[in-house]
Amino acid sequence: MSYARMRECTINRAYHLLIGLMLIAVSVISQTVYAEELGYPEKEELKFGFIKLTDMAPIAIAYENGYFEDEGLYVTIEAQANWKVLLDGVIDGQLDGAHMLAGQPLAATIGFGTKAHIITPFSMDLNGNGITVSNDIWQQMKEYIPKMEDGRPVHPIKADALKPVVEKYKENGKPFNMGMVFPVSTHNYELRYWLAAGGIHPGYYAPLKGDISGQIDADALLSVTPPPQMPATLEAGTIYGYCVGEPWNQQAVFKGIGVPVITDYEIWKNNPEKVFGITAEFAEKYPNTTVRLTRALIRAAMWLDENDNANRPAAVKILSQSNYVGADYDVIANSMTGTFEYEKGDKREVPDFNVFFRYNATYPYYSDAIWYLSQMRRWGQIAADKSDDWYKETAAEVYRPDIYTTAAKSLIAEGLAKAEDFPDFATESGFKPPQPEFIDGITFDGSKPNEYLEKFPIGLKQGDEV
Amino acid sequence: MIRNIFTTLQALVIPLIGMIVFIMLWSMAASNINTSLGKFPGPQAVLTQFSALYTEHKAERVKEKAFIQRQVERNAKRVAADPDYVPKMRAYTGKETFLDQIITSLVTVSCGFLLAALIAVPLGISIGLSKTLNTAFNPIIQIFKPVSPLAWLPLVTMVVSALYATPDPVVPKSFLNSMITVTLCCLWPMVINTSVGVASINIDLVNVSRVLRLPALKHVQKIVLPASIPMIFTGMRLSLGIAWMVLIAAEMLAQNPGLGKFVWDEFQNGSSDSLSRILAAVFVIGFIGFLLDQGMRQIQRLLSWDKSTASR
Repeated sequence: MSYARMRECTINRAYHLLIGLMLIAVSVISQTVYAEELGYPEKEELKFGFIKLTDMAPIAIAYENGYFEDEGLYVTIEAQANWKVLLDGVIDGQLDGAHMLAGQPLAATIGFGTKAHIITPFSMDLNGNGITVSNDIWQQMKEYIPKMEDGRPVHPIKADALKPVVEKYKENGKPFNMGMVFPVSTHNYELRYWLAAGGIHPGYYAPLKGDISGQIDADALLSVTPPPQMPATLEAGTIYGYCVGEPWNQQAVFKGIGVPVITDYEIWKNNPEKVFGITAEFAEKYPNTTVRLTRALIRAAMWLDENDNANRPAAVKILSQSNYVGADYDVIANSMTGTFEYEKGDKREVPDFNVFFRYNATYPYYSDAIWYLSQMRRWGQIAADKSDDWYKETAAEVYRPDIYTTAAKSLIAEGLAKAEDFPDFATESGFKPPQPEFIDGITFDGSKPNEYLEKFPIGLKQGDEV
Repeated sequence: MIRNIFTTLQALVIPLIGMIVFIMLWSMAASNINTSLGKFPGPQAVLTQFSALYTEHKAERVKEKAFIQRQVERNAKRVAADPDYVPKMRAYTGKETFLDQIITSLVTVSCGFLLAALIAVPLGISIGLSKTLNTAFNPIIQIFKPVSPLAWLPLVTMVVSALYATPDPVVPKSFLNSMITVTLCCLWPMVINTSVGVASINIDLVNVSRVLRLPALKHVQKIVLPASIPMIFTGMRLSLGIAWMVLIAAEMLAQNPGLGKFVWDEFQNGSSDSLSRILAAVFVIGFIGFLLDQGMRQIQRLLSWDKSTASR
């Protein structure tokens, strides 16, 4: 080979090398760009279900404000008849996702009720429920409630005031019936918590023995009624009280058929409420879609709480449309705009009655999941003891802060959200610090569920079985 | 002459008086019924809701236009960024208005009814022609005839969701559910009437066919069908009435889109307008039922030689 030829060869080689290096560089760059920029959604046409309650607001707002469309998602929103129909719809794929009770994905995953692996990347709100009793029961309770100077009852009203009434019914051999919306609903656990804190036994479940009515040893018998039918059932006298989300407590005040006695904010300050549920299969099959719908929901939640609830009246207007919640503007506005009317005319400020974004409301905390699991164990829906690790593993199986984090980070990167509005993702463990603000003063530490269960005077403890 | 005028007057004025009396009684009764959602709606409230429903419909159409527009823009943007993407236009994802729901219900009822007619008429003819078949099928028909649609619905729903499991369905499951329920319920009157009509053909006509030695198909085409058309249509009119009633119930129970769902949704909403909206829907349901019946009667008149059955 001549020198010239060799030289040419070297140059050639160097040239090739250079091109190769450039190619690698380009691909590396494009890969990093790709990682930051979300891919297009794999599934664009989606159908979400909801129950007519004000806390479905993030879904309605994400649709009406075009946040879903911004993500390239074409979403149809459909009201469902009850929580069971809704859950079955998500499981069998008729619905791609839905507004769910926090207990639903957990119960479905551990197999209490229909078994299916449901996950949640997004927690929809804090608080928002209330307990209402009929006018008759209210009159009987009233004498046991301490009064303020102006004659109005002192809040929060404890179930201690209801206890003598329940006892009277028991003595007369009449069952004291109350309504909640679903066996694994927040409302069931909140109503039970409130009753038990006042010494009224709400009854145990015994799924292994086939008893899923939850009325074993009960002083007050709880049964299921779909939310929109609560006021009518109360009026009919089938139940004496109920625990439900808004607007169905305010509706009772407006119709003059019942009196809300307490909000869940007073039972457990800033308790996690609904979640957005999808199947694990959906999240795996359509990862981009999952992140994108989470982004849209986060933006909707931000909008709902922006500037101290400044957008709430607009949100109420949307919710009062017949295809969403459909109740009258005034009824929905009563609780959504930071007030709550107890007895007719007794309207009090509860600025945090509905929280959609503040206090990291949308972040799916493991500790929230563990609280629900602890209550399932307390009332026997989980029939046998479980280790603390089991609680943590189950929570991690269902609650998916990783998806939430990806969505939130990409919103921050695009300037659509501010980093300080979210938890510090680098250090967040998914466990809230121990929470003491319960009506009975018992502190909840999500990392020690079994220890927590020991603290309750009423409820199953380690080793107990029904 | 005078008598003629009198009868026309009678035909016009008496129904009018009936209407006025009804509306007066209604508004009087309405103002005396207090429900937890306020007073029972009177004529005025219902009228207001009719116009409100129409305004909502128009508003929704405007939103639909904007939706399509945004979609076109978004598709164009995506194609520019990602040339492999095949743009797709999606139907409006917003809510169905009252008018949309009327149309959905009408389409469902027609499909269910047509399917039932396609099955019932040939079945009825074969049963009518053959005594053996008649004895074989009669008990089954008698048992299924009185079954309420609500009993069929869960079965239909389960079977449809088991068999119709395509990822990208052409027609929605809910449509199939309501349609098949309608079919199952309005099948029987048609089968029975057709078979009775066929069985009771004048013996002379059958003899003519025998003399001419018409082949079986020709016999059905030339003799049986024309002779039994009045009875077939009587059955169809009955069936269509049942179909419409069944559909509303099925839509209500299964939350399938349509007028029944509209009524149920409004009931669940419990807003102060809900009762008047439901009452508006009740009138529309009644009016459409009336139109369907009249439509069938006109068709019956056109096709049937026996005018006496059509005049009722």
